[in-house]
Amino acid sequence: MEELALHILDLAQNCIAAGASEIAITIIEDRAANRLTITVADDGRGMEPEMLQSVTDPFFTTRTTRRVGLGLPLLQAAAELCAGGLTIVSTVGRGTTVRVEFAHDHIDRAPLGSMADTLAAILAVNFEVEVVYRHEVDDRVFVFDSRELREICEGTMQHPKIIQWLKEYIALQERLLGGEQ
Amino acid sequence: MKTVEDLRKLREEVRQMTKLREGEAEVRVVVGMGTCGIAAGARETLGALVQEIAERGLLSVVVTQTGCLGLCEREPIVEVNAPDGRTLYARVTPERARRILREHVQGGVAIEDWVIRN
Repeated sequence: MEELALHILDLAQNCIAAGASEIAITIIEDRAANRLTITVADDGRGMEPEMLQSVTDPFFTTRTTRRVGLGLPLLQAAAELCAGGLTIVSTVGRGTTVRVEFAHDHIDRAPLGSMADTLAAILAVNFEVEVVYRHEVDDRVFVFDSRELREICEGTMQHPKIIQWLKEYIALQERLLGGEQ
Repeated sequence: MKTVEDLRKLREEVRQMTKLREGEAEVRVVVGMGTCGIAAGARETLGALVQEIAERGLLSVVVTQTGCLGLCEREPIVEVNAPDGRTLYARVTPERARRILREHVQGGVAIEDWVIRN
């Protein structure tokens, strides 16, 4: 994938497939330590240890429409190429957390890309999931909680006009943050 | 103009619009958002649909998502579910998505060249 934000969208799809009601997405860019860390945590149904072991195997998938599952293996390969790695912690009935790490300045690291597009895509089509987003760049931070937005919107949040507004709002905040785009 | 006050104004605008269109037949536009869809550009396709619906005020159109349909090489795939039937479109770029909204969803005429036939 050309952007890490697309991998994050793919991870969020896993959360939704696991029946999550809340997805916490955290991006930490620590340039002094040369680290870029992405964490996607959900409160979905979680996985048994046997399943957890097989999710980074490309020939494992829970779907029935095709026989390979490339999402996690692709992301793991991308991270390992950039002096990083991928770890998954999961508890049945509690949820799953995927953490992926990269060397920030690695030449092979894909750019973060548009988190505004990714968050808008998640919220546009998932009517019952809440997203808590946190993006840190060195000592600055941008936090977005869809519950606050939902409260202000009073039932209109899914409307394309609101989603469009939200996308522009997040894009602006991300630019102000001055990290990866 | 990105304050909570603007958002409240927009909310009232959306409410007024929604009231006017109550009872219209609903069209569902479904975007394939599996790994294959996302890698092929489904996020941009979905973004274009949302933007076009917002700009044209197409209030009876609902956008939703589905996973992999097993036609990965033809992603991004978009399904139009109108009262007169279900149509699957292949390789829907943002530009194609906008045309599908205008010509099929609004105009009622499917764009045959892009339709997936079984």
